[in-house]
Amino acid sequence: MFNNFFHKLASPKHFYRIAGALIPWLAGACLLLALAGLYYGLIVAPPDYQQGDSYRIIYIHVPAAWMSLFIYMVMAAAGAIGLVWRMKLAEVIAISSAPIGASFTFVALVTGSIWGKPMWGTWWVWDARLTSELILLFLYLGVIALHGAIDDRRTAARAVAILALVGVINIPIIHYSVEWWNTLHQGPTVTKFDKPSIHISMLIPLLLMALSFKLYYACVVLMRARCEVLERERSAGWVRELVETK
Amino acid sequence: MTLTEFLHMGGYAYYVWTSYGITLLVLVANIVIPLRQRRKLLTDIARAARRVRREP
Repeated sequence: MFNNFFHKLASPKHFYRIAGALIPWLAGACLLLALAGLYYGLIVAPPDYQQGDSYRIIYIHVPAAWMSLFIYMVMAAAGAIGLVWRMKLAEVIAISSAPIGASFTFVALVTGSIWGKPMWGTWWVWDARLTSELILLFLYLGVIALHGAIDDRRTAARAVAILALVGVINIPIIHYSVEWWNTLHQGPTVTKFDKPSIHISMLIPLLLMALSFKLYYACVVLMRARCEVLERERSAGWVRELVETK
Repeated sequence: MTLTEFLHMGGYAYYVWTSYGITLLVLVANIVIPLRQRRKLLTDIARAARRVRREP
């Protein structure tokens, strides 16, 4: 039964329909979690004893940075699946992820910069964490540009997958950069083996926002993937039927 | 806490609200782009299908 379900899901026609049904639920859940996260983060949580209210940027900065890494791993994994098993849907997910990942990387960099100005006294330093995150943005932009440069969509997907896989080397570098090198950026406070060194009243909104961003990605990647499927299948019978019933 | 206090953000209003504003802008853009793309694709495909039918 499960096999059958995955076969159906992998067919573009069923994917288009199932994704379309999922999107409103994902969007609703994402919005609710975001509202809860913003309420607890901006109103309920106390100011930081060192950074005052400026620390509240953490509730978008850190989830965005997590997403920038998470989406890259999804993109590389989907790309690998597309390369090995020639699964079209994996190719679609890989390329649809790139602009969203680039957006979250951009948000992480910009909010970090705006947070750095009052706390560090500078918008930017060329240290390991910031530089490796900037390279991540360039990797995403490289993936988007490479995909746009190749006309045949399947060849483009293969090229993109290889570039994405090579770039995976950057992911552990970003994550461990604050431990391997001396940097202005603070060390991890949540993702470490010890107990998180962040108070529960600040941790809860952070996790709510992180979950909300995950759902946001799921929702938007499906929206983009549906467009990509339509584009690839524009001459297929089911797409014709779809536009005729409209 | 009053609304003014909330908006003041302990003196960091400029930094906090700029960050949240830019984030909101980016997130909304990522929703609008595929919505518009899908509408455009559907009309394009429908137009192409009509053209094919008219020229047998």
